[in-house]
Amino acid sequence: MVSLANPTRFLSLVDRMVPWLAAVTLILLGIGLYLAFFVAPPDYQQGETVKIMFIHVPAAWLGMFGYVLIAVAALGTLIWRHPLADVAAKTAGPIGATFTFVALVTGSLWGKPMWGTYWVWDARLTSMLVLFLLYLGLIALWQSIEEPGRAGRAAAILALVGFVNVPIIKFSVDWWNTLHQPASIFRTGGPTIDPSLLTPLFVMAVGFTLLFVLLHLIAMRAEILRRRVHALRQVHVERAAAA
Amino acid sequence: MPDLGPHAAFIWAAYAVTFVAVAGLVGLIVQDDRRQRQLLADLERQGITRRSAKPAAKPQPVEKKSRARKPKP
Repeated sequence: MVSLANPTRFLSLVDRMVPWLAAVTLILLGIGLYLAFFVAPPDYQQGETVKIMFIHVPAAWLGMFGYVLIAVAALGTLIWRHPLADVAAKTAGPIGATFTFVALVTGSLWGKPMWGTYWVWDARLTSMLVLFLLYLGLIALWQSIEEPGRAGRAAAILALVGFVNVPIIKFSVDWWNTLHQPASIFRTGGPTIDPSLLTPLFVMAVGFTLLFVLLHLIAMRAEILRRRVHALRQVHVERAAAA
Repeated sequence: MPDLGPHAAFIWAAYAVTFVAVAGLVGLIVQDDRRQRQLLADLERQGITRRSAKPAAKPQPVEKKSRARKPKP
């Protein structure tokens, strides 16, 4: 793990991992979609709309996972000042924002036929919207400060302040009376979902998670290369001025 | 194609939005990765390299050098 803290070794590992990870991700998502559309039965209450769960739930998990990743990386930026921590946080922003957006839209499209409304200001939906706005704020902050070190530290502070929203999302369905259903998978009494629906959900969740990891690794590689290009251009300008 | 019942439009819309959003994200990230690799390769071709990197176009010696030390003049 310590050797991976070296950006050059990290890049070498990413180069080797990306093709394999891409292949496994595509296979899992393919199997997941097949199970979702051709094997999973309709739910006894929700009918075929339960198929939206196979994309909505993994997207919501990854929206929160992305923010947890940013918060952990923010600690790495502020405490150890490691450049890869800042790179990890910055590149997780757009990916987490996209999955949060997907969770919000698919949830809305699931809500209309089941609840009779696209949107309601209940605690779970509102806290997910706040998460999406936090992502947008972080992306804007990273874009608005040119020097990566300063941008990273400012974004790390904002990310840690915003982290308070993550447990609110998780426990919102327990703390408040919400239209959104309570936890039905990660709960003390075990999942309440039938295995015929749980299996496709699990496959899709693993596929989505691998897609997140794959995209994050590629985005981190691009960001490291961007900083190298920036540094080389500066060196070139300095050499030209000195000559 | 499976029959998705009376709410098929909502199901297809959810999958379509997910596909477009994820495909857009993949496209942007892969394009950015390729662009940065290209820019770095262009700089290295111009001989602009990091101090820690090996020089790209350093001329190789034709003859093998003797290990014996040259006598000082």
